[in-house]
Amino acid sequence: MAASTVTFSNLIAENRRNSLLLVVLFCLFTAVVAAVFGMAIVGILDPERLARLDWTQGLLIGGIAGGISLLLSIISYYGGDRVILAVSHARPIQHDDDPELFNVVEETAIAAGVPMPRVYVIDDSAPNAFATGRDPQRAAITVTSGLRTKLTRDELQGVVAHEMSHIGNYDIRLMLLLAVLVGTIVMLADFLSQMLFFSSVTGGRRRSRDESGSNPIALVLVVVAVILGILAPLLARIMQLAVSREREYLADASAVELTRYPQGLASALRKIDGDPEVLEAANRGTAHLFIANPIKKFEERAGSVFASHPPIQERIRRLESLTR
Amino acid sequence: MPESLISLLVIIAVPLAIVGWAIAAYNGLVGKRVETQNSWSQIDVQLKRRYDLIPNLVETVKGYAAHERETLERVTEARNIAVGARGVAEQARAENMLTGALKSLFAVAEAYPDLKANQSFLQLQEELTATENRIGFARQHYNDVVAQYNSALQSVPTNVMGNTFGFKPAEFFALDDGEAAAVRSPVAVKF
Repeated sequence: MAASTVTFSNLIAENRRNSLLLVVLFCLFTAVVAAVFGMAIVGILDPERLARLDWTQGLLIGGIAGGISLLLSIISYYGGDRVILAVSHARPIQHDDDPELFNVVEETAIAAGVPMPRVYVIDDSAPNAFATGRDPQRAAITVTSGLRTKLTRDELQGVVAHEMSHIGNYDIRLMLLLAVLVGTIVMLADFLSQMLFFSSVTGGRRRSRDESGSNPIALVLVVVAVILGILAPLLARIMQLAVSREREYLADASAVELTRYPQGLASALRKIDGDPEVLEAANRGTAHLFIANPIKKFEERAGSVFASHPPIQERIRRLESLTR
Repeated sequence: MPESLISLLVIIAVPLAIVGWAIAAYNGLVGKRVETQNSWSQIDVQLKRRYDLIPNLVETVKGYAAHERETLERVTEARNIAVGARGVAEQARAENMLTGALKSLFAVAEAYPDLKANQSFLQLQEELTATENRIGFARQHYNDVVAQYNSALQSVPTNVMGNTFGFKPAEFFALDDGEAAAVRSPVAVKF
């Protein structure tokens, strides 16, 4: 416990580095994908240009597609938390709407030393919660009405402390960035694949007697582009989920640093796990934000690379090992 | 030519880097020191909040349990002593007395079903629980921040800046054994 403060600031620094690294890697990745696709499209439409090793047109197509997706990423990064709250049907509440919940959030914010986040409620009987926002100054904590009615004050404090850790550790920024960037990669790969397909249909018809298909460079480019088009979204998603799983363990640990009471969160997780209800407001795009996987049928696959959360039993076991 | 250029660059770059580091280190220490002061005043804010809640609580209880005068008077008195307390040690003692008095008030309330069902009593109970928790969390956070500030002050090479500009290590909020035991016992307003 003595080194806890050092660990916290290290965590935050590490998350900031990761966020930056993520953005840089994403830009490079987008540039490569866009360039390969652009050149493959040119290779099909205009093989002579390719034979002259004239890349300008291909890079132009790639540059435009990459530029548009970067622009869209920036827009969705700045509006992302509002979109997430809106699609989850979360409504903001004030102190008088639910004094106990509001007090618990304020207490925990004091413990974490972050500004008081906005508080939202989802009217759904399935117990769950999530935090979102760009930074601690613009963060929001959302809980379902089911969580409010099914948990005691101590358990609620554990859950809120978990979410507050996501805020204080800048996990919310990392997860928002990941969601935005993965979405953009999926969209870009989809768009370029369709363009490639379209140009190979029209280009092939126009030049059916040419040797366009046998140009080895064009062929290699098309194969690489198709593989990228399939793998890029998949890899991006796997990476996103791996980061998400790791963050959940860290937030559990930081929550205990705040409340110094691991039983609260452990007991809350047990209740959430045992609850049979499904959260209607969650979808695959927002599932990774919640404290526990809201989509129950995926829970069986927990532990696989496509799970957004670590197995809840394992999280409870780790929390209980802290009390001994 | 390139050699002289390199040495010129070194002559300019090295002092610049040192000055840049010194500024960053100094500002870092100032920021951390301000944060310790902020989190200390946060504790006071929460203590004041508790003082403000207590008269309301006493009034509410009076309406249902008027003949528990002794308990009520003890709470009011403990509050007034705590408001007037000066210095960390005296304050801690006064706060403990107040916590104890509140505890017995809520124990007394157990015997009055009407009072326990009263909406504003329940509200005050929740607000007091929350305030007790906030006081605890604010102290915990204060100590976290002090630990960060003090360790920065003692680490190489930041300690050079700390010594040069007379930064003093901050004091931890600590309770002696008796007080610690009283604080650690369950929060007063729980049933």
